[in-house]
Amino acid sequence: MVEHRRFGNLLPHLVLLAGVAIVAFPVYLAIIASTHDNAVIANGQMPLIPGSHAIETYWNTIVSGTGRTTRAPVGGMMLNSLIMALGIAAGKIAISIISAYAIVFFSFPFRMTAFWTIFITLMLPVEVRIYPTYKITSDLHMLDSYAGLILPLIASATATLLFRQFFMTVPKELVEASKIDGAGPIRFFWDTLLPLSVTNIAALFVILFIYGWNQYLWPLLITTRDDMQTIVIGIKKIIDVHDALTEWQVAMATAVLAMLPPVAVVVLMQRLFVKGLIETEK
Amino acid sequence: MASVTLRNVSKTYPSGFEAIKGIGLEVADGQFCVLVGPSGCGKSTLLRMVAGLETITGGDIDIGGRIVNAIEPAERDIAMVFQNYALYPHMSVYNNMAYGLRNRGMPKPEIDTRVQEAARILELGPMLDRKPQQLSGGQRQRVAMGRAIVRQPKVFLFDEPLSNLDAKLRIAMRVEIRKLQRRLMTTSIYVTHDQLEAMTLADILVVMNGGQVEQIGNPLEIYQKPATTFVASFIGAPPMNLMPLRSDEIKSQFSGDSRAGDGRAAGSDAGILGIRPEDFQISSDTPAGGIVLDLTVEAIERVGAETFIYGARQHVAQGVAANPGELPPGEVIVRIPGAIAPAIGERIRAVAPREKLHLFSADGRKRIDF
Repeated sequence: MVEHRRFGNLLPHLVLLAGVAIVAFPVYLAIIASTHDNAVIANGQMPLIPGSHAIETYWNTIVSGTGRTTRAPVGGMMLNSLIMALGIAAGKIAISIISAYAIVFFSFPFRMTAFWTIFITLMLPVEVRIYPTYKITSDLHMLDSYAGLILPLIASATATLLFRQFFMTVPKELVEASKIDGAGPIRFFWDTLLPLSVTNIAALFVILFIYGWNQYLWPLLITTRDDMQTIVIGIKKIIDVHDALTEWQVAMATAVLAMLPPVAVVVLMQRLFVKGLIETEK
Repeated sequence: MASVTLRNVSKTYPSGFEAIKGIGLEVADGQFCVLVGPSGCGKSTLLRMVAGLETITGGDIDIGGRIVNAIEPAERDIAMVFQNYALYPHMSVYNNMAYGLRNRGMPKPEIDTRVQEAARILELGPMLDRKPQQLSGGQRQRVAMGRAIVRQPKVFLFDEPLSNLDAKLRIAMRVEIRKLQRRLMTTSIYVTHDQLEAMTLADILVVMNGGQVEQIGNPLEIYQKPATTFVASFIGAPPMNLMPLRSDEIKSQFSGDSRAGDGRAAGSDAGILGIRPEDFQISSDTPAGGIVLDLTVEAIERVGAETFIYGARQHVAQGVAANPGELPPGEVIVRIPGAIAPAIGERIRAVAPREKLHLFSADGRKRIDF
């Protein structure tokens, strides 16, 4: 009986460990590669234990750039990516919570039309409307600017739908109690609805921050200056060099650095997420 | 402190559905008015119209001498207690009570005085820092009441505030609400579907059905002299026994008496006779002018202090009740004190004295005094 149960636990654990190994091994390899000299990687015999060039490589990558190429330091790219990701996440949340508020709690002409219009934009991601969006951004002189990176990506049907679903579960009596307590629409939004939405906002922030951080096509199109590059584009440029050997250790270090903020957001927000679940009662 | 007057108030939805069909009602200053009726009778809609949460499509609502038809809920000087309490889940008990006062720009020390006073009255003192989630149902109910009290409004509105509580707590809170209202002497309108709650709380009872008022009056008066068969079967538990009578039966039963002329009772072709279960006695002798029913005992319910006998009238075909709450024709409930009851299948004779009989017109819409 005990034997049987131990075996029953062992098998799933083996499967899970195999899964973890498959997912984690490339990441491990990237970290290891970023600690070796480029010559070691270039000769095709990739070691599996850390090398001794870690500090040097990361210093070069983040702060000084490399002399042999025109590559800008990754520190600046990270800042650009951070501003873009935070801007997109915050903007999307702000816009969609307000539009969901309007759609759920107010009755006005063409309310459902407005809702379905937002819904339809689900089918129009930036990749589909890329030419008109580029044209508008360019006409507004927003190329190579943070506004140009952020604003066209802010409208979000998904987040609006999520907030709408949540708002519809808020009891009608809470709205009525607020009315009787003398709270107008803006007071109700700030004092009641926003505090109740904290967990939803946290969850959305995680998703949207990663979405913003991982943007590739749009920044590639509208940034031309090196100092406006985001890190995701940086990786591509580091690998894709002409007339020289790819600096694999720098590419790997950049990849590792590109991974850190999303990981940090997930880890930190997970705590807030759980905290929110415990404290907010509905 | 204020009176509430409704003048021919009506509500028609854009779909054409008439939820409230012209209701007039006067609640004097300090009175406790209870609206009672089955689900969907419009009682909650009416209350929400007084609160300003539903628009009025006809008539006037007057609170303390001011017509409030087009005034925002917050400006009407009312406070409402909701069925699900509607407490702000993210605010402490203290803030739940203080929120409405803060929105009105009341100075902090006064808010504090009022909240502490309400907490003392409702025994919520130790719970002021807790969140609603950490409270029991009864405590949440008291916070909802506290939120109404601190406002010191002209009118309290209660929308089935006790229906989420268990039976024991409901009775305790019922008494507390009554005591509190007596103490504060605030005009109150209370909606419930529970006739026992309605009877025990009300100064004036309004029985509603289908968007209309069936009867307004003091609870005992309504119990003793229901105006329609609907009121007769809705007020009182178990419901009044209603039996259709042929015109010759009416004549033989009610025309012998000198007080009633033939024309009044027997003018209509037929009528409905009503007898409350508690007005029967099991006896073999016939009281003068009273009624005698020969029953076969079909079921017995013993509740300790009293026993209900469900009997089938002999010579009457069994049928299905026309309205919920009414008895199927042919079945009669008899209440007897104590726990000694006849056996199932036994034949008994139930008699009721003449002065305990109620007579209604055949459509049940009119009470006939005889």
